[in-house]
Amino acid sequence: MAEPQMVMYAEEFHQIQGIVDSLVKSSNASVVFIIDKNGQLIAASGDSEHIDTTSLASLTAGNIAATGGMAKLLREREFTTQFHEGEKANIHIQLVDNRVILVVIFDKKTSLGLVRLRVKKSSESLGEIFQVLATKAQGSGQTPFAEITDDDIDNLFND
Amino acid sequence: MSFINYLSREINCKLVYYGPGLCGKTANLQYIYNKTNPGARGKMISLATETERTLFFDFLPLALGEIRGFKTRFHLYTVPGQVFYDASRKLILKGVDGVVFVADSQIARMEANMESLENLRTNLAEQGYSLDSMPFVIQYNKRDMPGVAPVEELRQMLNPNNAPEFEAVAPTGVGVFDTLKAVAKLVLTELKKAGG
Repeated sequence: MAEPQMVMYAEEFHQIQGIVDSLVKSSNASVVFIIDKNGQLIAASGDSEHIDTTSLASLTAGNIAATGGMAKLLREREFTTQFHEGEKANIHIQLVDNRVILVVIFDKKTSLGLVRLRVKKSSESLGEIFQVLATKAQGSGQTPFAEITDDDIDNLFND
Repeated sequence: MSFINYLSREINCKLVYYGPGLCGKTANLQYIYNKTNPGARGKMISLATETERTLFFDFLPLALGEIRGFKTRFHLYTVPGQVFYDASRKLILKGVDGVVFVADSQIARMEANMESLENLRTNLAEQGYSLDSMPFVIQYNKRDMPGVAPVEELRQMLNPNNAPEFEAVAPTGVGVFDTLKAVAKLVLTELKKAGG
């Protein structure tokens, strides 16, 4: 396959969740979440209950993909940061290590400057964790699906 | 590229519906959305033009059930079929686990089908994938329309490698779930192989 398998383990997940939780507090944001470049939600923190995070993750990934496409046309490697300003909510999108996307939604309680500063710091720590995860995933070579049978798959489709 | 989460015991896969403009890719997703228990699906997102042509993609998250304690979730995407949206199609194919090619059965659309299929092969190859070695099914849609080509002819032109194929009428649901199940099965079987 062209891209390596993304795998999430408990240890790294807790580290990631810790970073996301502290970013919400330190930047005074409403919601922070991390998604992979294919639009899969990895972790979320803050007031995310009222947001359709699945849809938002998919759209953000589409957005990053489109921006990446534009970068390519302009012979740029990547545009790593995006900021959208609304009347009440603002959204800051940061590509981390060209692997995952860190999204911060915030309102007037904080400022873009503070968000950018905190995002920068968090990105560095996140980059390291995802590097470890990528190495682990490559090394494991096993999925929980290794032992499933054709019957297991068939059973999924018996309505 | 599937995403396995050992903590929440979930496995997420990406399916892409490809095909020429107006072949019924969005109609497939709409039917699936309408007929799926709301508890098993998320919102359907359509990024479309004012005339309801797909501009970037449609997106539908779907939960299929559990296998050995792992929840299986599929993210269904369509691409914009119109020829000039090729840059967007390439983006949507990134990280794909399985592809459905929706062909328009009308004789007048045969050339558009072949062009789109060739475009699919090219765009997959750019990302290091080969259509012949990945989960792939073909749907011959619009079987209810006048002036459709016989299935044998469609097969000869579009499916020389005998991928699983289904006749469909997407708006009424004929063949829609058969197509989805077939590609989902192939994706899971591929994961099984990769883990074995």
